[in-house]
Amino acid sequence: MPIESSVATTVSARQLSRHFGAHAAVRNIDLTLRRGEVLGLLGPNGAGKTTTMQMLTGTLAPSAGSICICDIDLVNHPVEAKRHIGYLPEHPPLYRELTVDEFLRLAARLHGLPRKRVTQALACAKARCGLSDTGRRLLGSLSKGYQQRVGIAQAIIHDPDVVVLDEPTVGLDPIQIRDIRALIRELRENRSVILSTHILPEVESVCDRVEILHQGRVVFSDTIGGLDRFNRGLALQAAFRNPPQVEALAALTGVMRVEALDEQQFVLHRDPQHDPTDALVTRSVQAGWGLYQLGPAHSRLEDVFVQLTHEEPAA
Amino acid sequence: MILTLAGKELRGLFSSPLAWIVAALLQLILAWVFLMRLDSFLELQPRLAQLADAPGASEIVTAPLFSAAAVILMMATPIFGMRLIAEERRNRTMPLLMSAPISMTQIVLGKFLGLCAFLMLPVGMVSAMGAALAAGGEIDLGLLAANALGLALLLATFAAVVLFASSLTSQPIIAAVLGLGILLASWLASLANPDSAGVLQLLSVTRRFERFNTGLVDSADLAWHAIAIVLFLLLTIRRLDRDRLVGHGA
Repeated sequence: MPIESSVATTVSARQLSRHFGAHAAVRNIDLTLRRGEVLGLLGPNGAGKTTTMQMLTGTLAPSAGSICICDIDLVNHPVEAKRHIGYLPEHPPLYRELTVDEFLRLAARLHGLPRKRVTQALACAKARCGLSDTGRRLLGSLSKGYQQRVGIAQAIIHDPDVVVLDEPTVGLDPIQIRDIRALIRELRENRSVILSTHILPEVESVCDRVEILHQGRVVFSDTIGGLDRFNRGLALQAAFRNPPQVEALAALTGVMRVEALDEQQFVLHRDPQHDPTDALVTRSVQAGWGLYQLGPAHSRLEDVFVQLTHEEPAA
Repeated sequence: MILTLAGKELRGLFSSPLAWIVAALLQLILAWVFLMRLDSFLELQPRLAQLADAPGASEIVTAPLFSAAAVILMMATPIFGMRLIAEERRNRTMPLLMSAPISMTQIVLGKFLGLCAFLMLPVGMVSAMGAALAAGGEIDLGLLAANALGLALLLATFAAVVLFASSLTSQPIIAAVLGLGILLASWLASLANPDSAGVLQLLSVTRRFERFNTGLVDSADLAWHAIAIVLFLLLTIRRLDRDRLVGHGA
């Protein structure tokens, strides 16, 4: 094992920016990641997730800012820094004419693994990604799910300190998604994992921390617990037997916006400062709305965004 | 690391049916040229015997064979090399190389050497044909060696040009057309005015080979090839660095 594996902070990016012409894809992002942590980059398409990951893996030069991987500057010492990175791009980089074994051997050699350690690393990576029986198949003939697994195997074969996975579960069926999430949880042992996604439950199920990107900026950065509190605290779901007018609900103190799910169910987006729960219950009893269900709403990513972008003062 | 990459490119060439088809056609044409020249040599032989200091089999058969090989390979090299970078772009496999702990120079050198190794096959085959004449008489080994060296350098230069062409686009066919365009332009530069010694001659890649073809190994020609190869490799590295700096048209 290299000595550097004792370094606690594996990724440290400061004031990272990237412009494509006049368009700013990423603006002043700070990222820090410790060993054993899984960080989820969450955001809609075009939020800057892929651009951020490309910069962290050295495939795209940042317009401004600095990146250190295991205390090695990625911009000034790219070759040394990249030894510690495993990267699965959005589209797995597979040579279709190679077999699984040939491809993974090539990936191991490209990542600087000595020849005599390749065979062992190959067996290990294949076992982890459930590829043990597919060694002789051509990559071009594999299903999407298996190609994705080979993509992940390629990213971990050299036992990197930082694994960067760009939308690892896109296009997979539910069982494959479950397998890959299990694999990610396993990978976090003595490593750091960064993954991007636009699916909120995915972040909740595998990540320790989350950074939500919107239009190239970090709009939310906290632990999963924090996201959960944020999430639950900001929207209530209520059901009424004799539902009132939407306007009546919106008029309650602390309710910012009301969304009707169906005839009886409503989602109330609340003001963080004023909890409308008491007012709602009192009013319901007074007016005979027949409140029979009240609880935190499981908001979708869009709701989180609406909240976050609402809160953001105009910058 | 460079050799790992070169091996990968070589394997890629051998796993493509296109390269096999082109290589087979190439061999067929060159064998045909070889037999034609051998036939005319046998026809001329009685008359040559009467001349003092007559040209031998090497001059009549081997030299034209290498000339033919040079022209045909000028057409074939763009096809062999068009996929080197263009296809990596098209299949979006470039991030594998870009995120690996290797420098851009190593990537470019690896790809260049892989294509060169493949192109040494036709050089070997043509040289073997020339050497086969030894079965029927004496051959001029110096002429054969000068031709083999000249062809090898010529093909390495072609390879560097095609690699650069391949780095400009994500469509292998466009890369092939671009590469062929550059090579043809350089060839035409010498055809335009064969006697002048101006700039056009300086740009001509085939003009160097014509001298090797007569058995003349000049250090100026060696240097010309070295400079041309380094120039196009540097342009390729620059172009790939630009991808990283500017973004892949994203």
